Amino acid sequence: MTTTVPAPAAAGHAAAVSTSKPKVRRRARSERARAERRLGWMLCAPAVTVMLLVTAYPIGYAIYLSLHRYDLRFPTETTFIGLRNYGAVLGNRLWWQDLTSTLTITAISVVIELLLGFLLAYVMHRAIFGRGLVRSATLVPYGIITVVAAFAWRFAFDPATGFINGMLHTQRAWFTQQWSSYLVIVLTEVWKTTPFMSLLLLAGFTLVPDDVVKAARVDGATATQRLRKIIIPLMKPAILVAVLFRTLDAFRIFDAVFVQTRGAQGTETVSILGYNTMVSRLNLGLGSAVSVLIFACVLIISFVFVKGFGANLSQQRGEG
Amino acid sequence: MTDVRRRRPHARRVVGATVAAGLLALPACGGGSSGGVPTINWYAKEEAGGSMSDAAKACTASAHGRYRIKQVPLPTTTDEQREQLVRRLAAKDSSIDLLNMDVIWTAEFANAGWITRWPTARAEQVTKGKFPNVVDSARFKNQLYAAPLNGNTQLLWYRSDLVTTPPKTWDEMISQAEQLAREGKPHRIQVQGQRFEGLVVWFTSLLASAGGTVLSPDGTKVALPAGPTRRALAVMRRMSRSVAADPGLSTSQEDQGRQGWETGESAFMVNYGFVWPSASKNNPELAKKMRWAPYPTVDPGRPSKATIGGFNIGVGAYSKKRELAFDAATCLSSKENQLGFAAKSGLLPVTTSLYDDPKVTEATSDAVDAAGKPTQVKSFPYAKAIREALATAVLRPKTPYYNDVSLAITRTLHPTRDINPDKDVKRLRDAITKALKGEGLL
Repeated sequence: MTTTVPAPAAAGHAAAVSTSKPKVRRRARSERARAERRLGWMLCAPAVTVMLLVTAYPIGYAIYLSLHRYDLRFPTETTFIGLRNYGAVLGNRLWWQDLTSTLTITAISVVIELLLGFLLAYVMHRAIFGRGLVRSATLVPYGIITVVAAFAWRFAFDPATGFINGMLHTQRAWFTQQWSSYLVIVLTEVWKTTPFMSLLLLAGFTLVPDDVVKAARVDGATATQRLRKIIIPLMKPAILVAVLFRTLDAFRIFDAVFVQTRGAQGTETVSILGYNTMVSRLNLGLGSAVSVLIFACVLIISFVFVKGFGANLSQQRGEG
Repeated sequence: MTDVRRRRPHARRVVGATVAAGLLALPACGGGSSGGVPTINWYAKEEAGGSMSDAAKACTASAHGRYRIKQVPLPTTTDEQREQLVRRLAAKDSSIDLLNMDVIWTAEFANAGWITRWPTARAEQVTKGKFPNVVDSARFKNQLYAAPLNGNTQLLWYRSDLVTTPPKTWDEMISQAEQLAREGKPHRIQVQGQRFEGLVVWFTSLLASAGGTVLSPDGTKVALPAGPTRRALAVMRRMSRSVAADPGLSTSQEDQGRQGWETGESAFMVNYGFVWPSASKNNPELAKKMRWAPYPTVDPGRPSKATIGGFNIGVGAYSKKRELAFDAATCLSSKENQLGFAAKSGLLPVTTSLYDDPKVTEATSDAVDAAGKPTQVKSFPYAKAIREALATAVLRPKTPYYNDVSLAITRTLHPTRDINPDKDVKRLRDAITKALKGEGLL
């Protein structure tokens, strides 16, 4: 439909000005392109409007709130205070402490997920028997709601009701120490989201043409060499996308920490800090400042990745 | 093209039908009345045994068509209840006619203008014969903002086969437990050390027993006198580092305490009365040896002061049926309904005389005997102890910034084994001072 609508108009135009053929054709094409672009905009306008409503408006409102002293409990005391909320957040040790613990959880879990996810993706890619079964079995943890997964892991490690202590023959209270709390939180994250990582990486495996790998084998490349020199470089875009998605996701971690430690034992993350300030203390101004800063962190992470991502893409194009 | 055109009228018809259905449905859910009888929405968590909805039915019946109470269920944890109520109240939700409020919310809700002050005559009616300090939990700036509904406080539970005379003080209890540990007997003390509201209860009780308060009487400044505060912190530290402490102390809430108790590894526990029917069901052998005593104190010369828990009923400030709501709240908090809450759900009354009522003293609940056969035990054998404790119990700090103060306390004192009484008095003062300004991160 889109290609037929502008056709008569373009044809008429071409008939009217028939001086030099190539020029006319170009103009006609640009006319058509313009019409198509207009149509394209019209077609995506509803989606753009909805996007603006559901994302731009809340972001803008959060920024607006963060510049005010706005506490739900004291509705009459709302005043504009400029950047004071940001000063209060950035000048507080707690923010930096929570940022550190968030980044720690993010880094450790994403690295483990990448390694495990790669292995799983390889298995799924290579599976000959029961490929469908392997793929759906791998996806089971990802289908479980994060809060439920967090509870399951909490109960498993609970000294009174859990089975882990029995299995390991210890009497450990896992959530009473920092390292063991981190361990359980990271394990929960890894268990829950490795399938997501492996799915993205599985898509990456399909980017690697079989004949290239076969050719390398014929040339006498060992398995490690094939992996390092051929498979990984070819999969790089997929790996980067997977790592970026998971990093952004892991950075906003809330459920597992909230359910398992409520942020105690130095495991508090920036999202929990935002929740405490906004939902529990009802301090919308200060809480919005925390949210905006989390958003800024996410932007920085994306920027770093996308920059790196872009560089790699062009490099690959050069090689090809 | 033709396909689409043919489909369009059909689509329009579907949309039209949906809109019409929506319009028809609107009066049914928005009007809030059935057959001309005004509906009073009561936001309250349903209790085990269904006592809340039973009370709603009873009051609806006794109103003879003047109003109908509809119980709107709230989440199970108080934190979630508060979140939901606050979100609605901040948006001036007029559907909230009545709401069950934890005793610690009064100042915050009243100060924000979310609940209605009770007129003097009505206030007198719903506070008459109730524990004065429980009534105080429903007051803000000397005005009543809610009708006391049920009250609770912790007791000391101990094992009669291990302990001959219950300890009067925490130090005594810890020493007894450590002695039991040396003898190789069950010796643990169950107490709430998780970073949550229960930690504030523990700290407030110790501080009050040592003769201190968190805030000045008007609730605007930090009190925390150095002597009592240090004593309270020293007890918490000693308790947390003793062999008698549960290994999971720093993640222990009331229910973890109950579980730890029912395993039979503990000699003492500070907890609410729900542990009694639970043990009678889960470990009847142990329940036979269960005894109770007043909450332990800090200094031998000073009586202990436990902390008040429980719920009050407030009237929503944006309700369009306030007068009826006052009537309904008065009915719901009446003696009859308090007895119902006690008998069906184990919630203790706030009217003092009810502690002598056979419906409380003789109430029974399901249990099992040693052979595993169903039997009945008294629901509140400890009622007298609660009555005495409630009479002297204290409130947690009364301030619109309560949540900030609570966060400041739990954050400073958790984990309790790392408390340093000398340094932490100042840290606590600084944290609460900040909390009272409502500024900065906590």
